[in-house]
This record gives sequence, C-alpha cells and structure tokens, in this order.
Amino acid sequence: MTSARLWQRFTPAERMARFTVYFAVVAAIAASLQTVQVIPEFISDAPEQMADMLRRMWPVAWGFYPEGVHEPLLDSLHIATLGTVFAVLMAVPVAFLAAKNVTPFAWVNYTAKVILVSARSVNTLIWALFFVAVFGPGALAGTLAIAFHSIGFTGKLLGEALEESNRGSIEALQAAGAPWLAVALKGYWPQVRPAFWGIVLFRWDINVRESAVLGFVGAGGVGMALDTALNLFQWERAAMILIAIFAVVLAAEVATTQLRKRIL
Amino acid sequence: MQPAATALQIRGLTKEYVPGKPVLSGIDLEFAPRGITAVIGPSGTGKSTLIRCINRLVEPTSGEVMFEGRDLVKLKRGELRAARRRIGMVFQEYNLVERLSVMENLLCGRLGYVSPFKAWLRRYPQRDIERAFDLLETVGLAAYAHARADSLSGGQRQRVGIARAMMQEPRLLLADEPTSSLDPKTSVEIMALMQTLSGMHAFPVIINIHNVELARRFADRVVGMTGGRVVFDGSPDAITEEHLKTIYGGEDWLE
Amino acid sequence: MAARTGSNNAAFVANWAARMAWLVFAGYFLYAASHLELTPARFLSGLDHAGKFLARLFPPDFHRWELLAKGMLESLQIAVLASTLGVLIAAPLALFAARNLMPAWATWPARAAMVLCRSFHPVIVAILFVKAVGFGALAGILALTVASVGFLGKLMTEAIEEISLKQVEAVRATGAPFISLVTYAVVPQVFSRFVGFVSYETDANLRNSTMVGIVGAGGIGGTLFAAFQRFDYDFVCAIVLTIIALIVMGEVLTMRIKKAFRV
Repeated sequence: MTSARLWQRFTPAERMARFTVYFAVVAAIAASLQTVQVIPEFISDAPEQMADMLRRMWPVAWGFYPEGVHEPLLDSLHIATLGTVFAVLMAVPVAFLAAKNVTPFAWVNYTAKVILVSARSVNTLIWALFFVAVFGPGALAGTLAIAFHSIGFTGKLLGEALEESNRGSIEALQAAGAPWLAVALKGYWPQVRPAFWGIVLFRWDINVRESAVLGFVGAGGVGMALDTALNLFQWERAAMILIAIFAVVLAAEVATTQLRKRIL
Repeated sequence: MQPAATALQIRGLTKEYVPGKPVLSGIDLEFAPRGITAVIGPSGTGKSTLIRCINRLVEPTSGEVMFEGRDLVKLKRGELRAARRRIGMVFQEYNLVERLSVMENLLCGRLGYVSPFKAWLRRYPQRDIERAFDLLETVGLAAYAHARADSLSGGQRQRVGIARAMMQEPRLLLADEPTSSLDPKTSVEIMALMQTLSGMHAFPVIINIHNVELARRFADRVVGMTGGRVVFDGSPDAITEEHLKTIYGGEDWLE
Repeated sequence: MAARTGSNNAAFVANWAARMAWLVFAGYFLYAASHLELTPARFLSGLDHAGKFLARLFPPDFHRWELLAKGMLESLQIAVLASTLGVLIAAPLALFAARNLMPAWATWPARAAMVLCRSFHPVIVAILFVKAVGFGALAGILALTVASVGFLGKLMTEAIEEISLKQVEAVRATGAPFISLVTYAVVPQVFSRFVGFVSYETDANLRNSTMVGIVGAGGIGGTLFAAFQRFDYDFVCAIVLTIIALIVMGEVLTMRIKKAFRV
C-alpha cells in the first residue's frame, strides 16, 4: 500500500507569511478591544438611545427650511465648488512637479509628494480650525480648508495619471523642439484630460459632503445651523437640516454621474 | 427496486424562453445506463437548452426528467442540489475557477458532499484527495496538481473540467459542446478521453456536439435535433446524407 | 475624449458649447465669491495675521507627549475596530446587493442600506452617535463603521457584479451549497480587489479617526480641538505633525500588506 498522498493548499513559506499577517491583524483587533475605553452599559443602551433620538426628530420641521436652512445650504455648495476650483488650480502645478516623467528631478518629486501627503493627511476640519484661527470664522476659512485638503487627493491622482501617460507623443513634441509649456498643453493635457475631469468631479462630490460639516468649527455653511439646532436640542429642526443635506448630496451624486457620462 | 434499464428518461420536455416560441417542443428520450450519446443539430436548435434542462441550469417550462427514480423538474432546492451531485457537467469554455489551482478545481467536484466550513478550510477526506490524484493521472495531468488553472492550455483545462466532473462519482455525465473551443487534434483527444471513461464506468454520457464527424467516430448513439424536435435517433452508422439534410438543412455544407 | 478627426463642423460645435459652459461657470464663480465675501482684500489682510500665526505654530511643543500618545492610541483603536466591523458587515451586505447573484428582494434593501450609510459625512454620523450613545470612542467607532460599510459595500458590490458567471455556473452544477458556491466561485475572483479596498478604507478610517474627536467621538481630535481653544498653537503643531507621520506610516504599511497578498 502506498503511503497517503498529501495535498496542501499553501507552501510552508506562504503559510508562515499568511499566519503572520493574520496573527498581527487579530492581535491589533484584540489589543484595541481590550484597551479602548468603552463602557459596556453604553453599548447595550445604544439601540434604545438611538431609537429615542429618532423619535424626537419626528415630526420634521419642514417650515424651518426657508428661514434657517436654504441660505446656509447654498453657502455650503458655494464653499464646496469654489474650494474645489482653488484646489485644482493649486494642485495642477504640484502634480506636474510630482510626476516622475514630467519633472525628472528626484528631490523635486519627493518634495511635491510630501506636500501632497501632508495636505491630505490633515482633515478638512482640522484645516478649517487653522483658517478660522487665522482669518476668523466664516466662509473664507471654509473655502480655504476645502481647497488645501483637496490639493492632496487631486494632486496625487493627477500625478498618477500623468505618470501613466504615453511617452510617444511627448517625445515627438520634444524632438520637434517644442517649449515646455507646449509639451504640457499638447502632449500631456490631452492624455490626462478625461482622468482630470473624472478626478475633479469625484472631488467636488466629496467636497459637497465635507462642506456641510465645516460649520461645526465655525467655517461657514449649513453645519453651523445644524450645530445650533443640536446644541439647543431642537431635534425636528436638526432632522430638517439632515434631510436637506442628504438631498443635496444625492443631487450632487446624480449630477456627477450624468456629467461623467457626457464628458468621458 | 426495479433494475435501472433506463438511467435517464425525458418525457415531453418543453422550454419556451419567449411564450409561444418553444425552443424545445415535447422532447421524449431514454438513456441506457452505459454509452455515449451525441446530440447533433444546427446552432440555436435547443441542444444546449436540452442539456441544461436536465440538471436545471435552465428551468424547463414543462415535462419530466426522471433520474434515479425522481422527477428532477419537480425537485426543491435542497433535493436539486443532492441530485446535481450525481450529475457531472463539462462545459464548452471549461468554466474552471481560474485563480484556484488544478487540485482545488478538482475538489470542487466534492463540494456537494463536504460541509461548507470544511470546504472553506480545504479539509477534504483523504479518500477524496487520493481520488483526485488518481484522476489527474488518468487524464494525464499528474504534474499539474498545484498549477493555477489559468496557466493551462485549452485542452489541459478541459481535462481538468472532465476530472472535476468525474470527482463527483456521477451517475450521469453531461457535456455541452466540450470540444468547440479546442483545435481538431485536441478535440479528438478529449473525445477519446471521454470514451475511455465511459467504457470504465457505468453511467450514460450525453454530449452536445456540432461536429458530426466526431459524433460518428466516438458516440454509441446519435440523436439529431432540428427546430426543437428530435428527428433522428439511432446508431452513428445509420446516419445518411438524407438525415443530415433534414437536421441541418441545405446541401452546400456537405460538399 | 478621443480626438475628433474629420469635418470642421463637429469641432466647431463642440467648441462653442464648451465656451458657453466656461462663461457660465466664470459668472457663477464671481457671483459666489462675492456672495461669500471672498474678496482679495480680505484675503490679503488675513495674510498678515497668517504670518503671525505660523510663527506661533513653530517650534512644535512635545512636552505633553503623554496626552498626545493617549489620544493617538485611541484614534488608532477606533480606526482598527471600525475597519474590522466595517468589513464584517460590508462583505455579506455586498453579496446580498449583487444583482447578478441575488434576487431583487435582497438587492434593493441591501443597496438602499449602503447608500444611506454613504450619504452622511462621518462627522455628522459621529455627532448623531455622540448624542445617542454619549461622548467617547464608542461613538467614533460606530460612526466610522457606518462610513466604512457605505464605502466598502459599494466597491465590493461593483467587484462582485463584474465576475465571470461561467465559473459560478460550473460550481453550481456540482450541487454545491450556497456558501461553498461563494467560497469557491466568487471569492477567488474578487479577493485581491477586496484586499485593495480594505487597505484603502483602513487608511481613510485612520484619517477620519483623527477628526471625529473634534465633535466628541474620541481620539486625538478632541485633544487637538482643546489645544486650539486654549491658543496652545505649539502643541497643535506637534499634534498635526504626529498625525501626518501616523498616516504616512499607515499608507506604507498597507502598501506592504497589499504586496504580500498579491503573491
């Protein structure tokens, strides 16, 4: 009788690697569970508390919309749009500097990438805190916060799109002796244009969401109205504001999907 | 229990994708416990639908499919799964799970017999593992047990597909155009393999095929279909040009 | 957009539409800017203040590093737990939402749930949870879990809807039970993409976890907010630098893990 033939799905080396990863993940989860300060009663209480909150939000204060919601909501939209525009304007040059194939100097690439990483690591809300401290509360702080945070993502994605562009047409232009700006406009731009608009739309969509919360730190928009309503326990008004935000976010998503189909 | 003189009995099988336009019109067929039956006919005549109605990958509109003493058409989900375990199927495009290894693809054949938890952990009874290695040798792929399925050639993939079906220890083997994606030489090899396996085991093999030459050469019985109906049922030697004209229509292609 | 070759007419028409769009947009830009009082004058007068502010930021002050570490640790915990819960909920939900595998009575509620989770900014969700379950990390974990479910669910569903159904059909024909069908025919096709999604989402959660504290949902955000209100800008700088460092490390780590699993 021949000895049993064995089959194993992974080689011993693979098993070690997989085991290490699983172990690390489980250890991280276990450690977090152990040490995070959560009072057990709060967890068991949570569903009831949330149900209670929802009950207090009914009936929704629809009448509150014209006086207390409409203006701030539009403000938030403006903040989101203008912030995105500024972000894009600032991100394009940085993206060009960060792309290896456009700017062949390693330390320039590196610095540009550091700028981009830092910009997106700092949340819009934190940027907003900064700008409120500098420029005072209001929409200016909010717009700049959106702009500076968005540079990080826009620049990163744009840089990646640039790095993936085809060398061929670039080389042709350079061989013909075109100045740098012409190469950028006629060589790179046509190739990254669809990606560019996709990135801009994507970022605008997200910024519409972000702009709604800036008001919590005083940076303008509908967030301030929501903050006030919640602090004064005016749940029905809060519900109205939430619904309004939801509607705007939904509309923005529909709009970006439609625009994407047209442009891309 | 009466001995199974017929392993599979199809009665009045009808399928209408669009109401009023039947793809299959009242098919009546019986299959003995051994031997290869080739189903031939032009494209769109319902050959593939017939095969898939047997294991209900396509739901029949009406009719009966008697297999192992039960009407497959009437089975509920759990019973259908149990019945499907006993029916192996080979596909035109192999339908292997490309990212899994050959061995794992073979073991898919045992999924109907192994609990989902054990299947997920890849813990199969040693008997299944042994059987898998044996089958790999039979189909000539012993060296490829650990290779990823998408690294194999078409002919090799089809062999894995056949081995997978055999892993189920089936009582019936269905093949839906198993050679249509293969070159002529490989097609012959695959048909020969199926013939060998059919000789070794006591289950009927039903092959849906559009290559009449292969059908003649390897099948014990030929069923010709056209317009959703059976128009020929007999030995491969008994097929005449008249029959082929009825089935396929027109003479030009016979030249 | 593909280059338009051929007749001059086509190019001409597109140009005018685009120009009109640009004109309208420029008009909007000027209107909105003035409405929000984003005048260059205001900006310039703020710059001077900005300079002073920057001076107060540097050098960063780390002497309260214990407070800093405590806050960062809590943020990390929130991110880890939220990502875990998020994956555990999103994966089966995404399966239910896949239109190529499930009937309408399953896909509609699942998709609706995911859209709802995505609709609100994590901070808003955090505030609601703070009001509901109190201040602290629990609110943060729940809020980021909701955000993760919305985000991961959408990506995972799209991945599942793109799989080859041939492989599913073959496994189904062997009589496999549903779970085995998923394990053998669906998971192999989507696993590497899922790893990518989860690592991206973990990075996002890490970023978000530094922020939910501003509204009381735990983590370094609370420490940061308090520092701002005390005008303790050196400490603020220290905190922000630490946040950036943590997030960069997180991105590097997830890249390594992605590479390990692609093997």
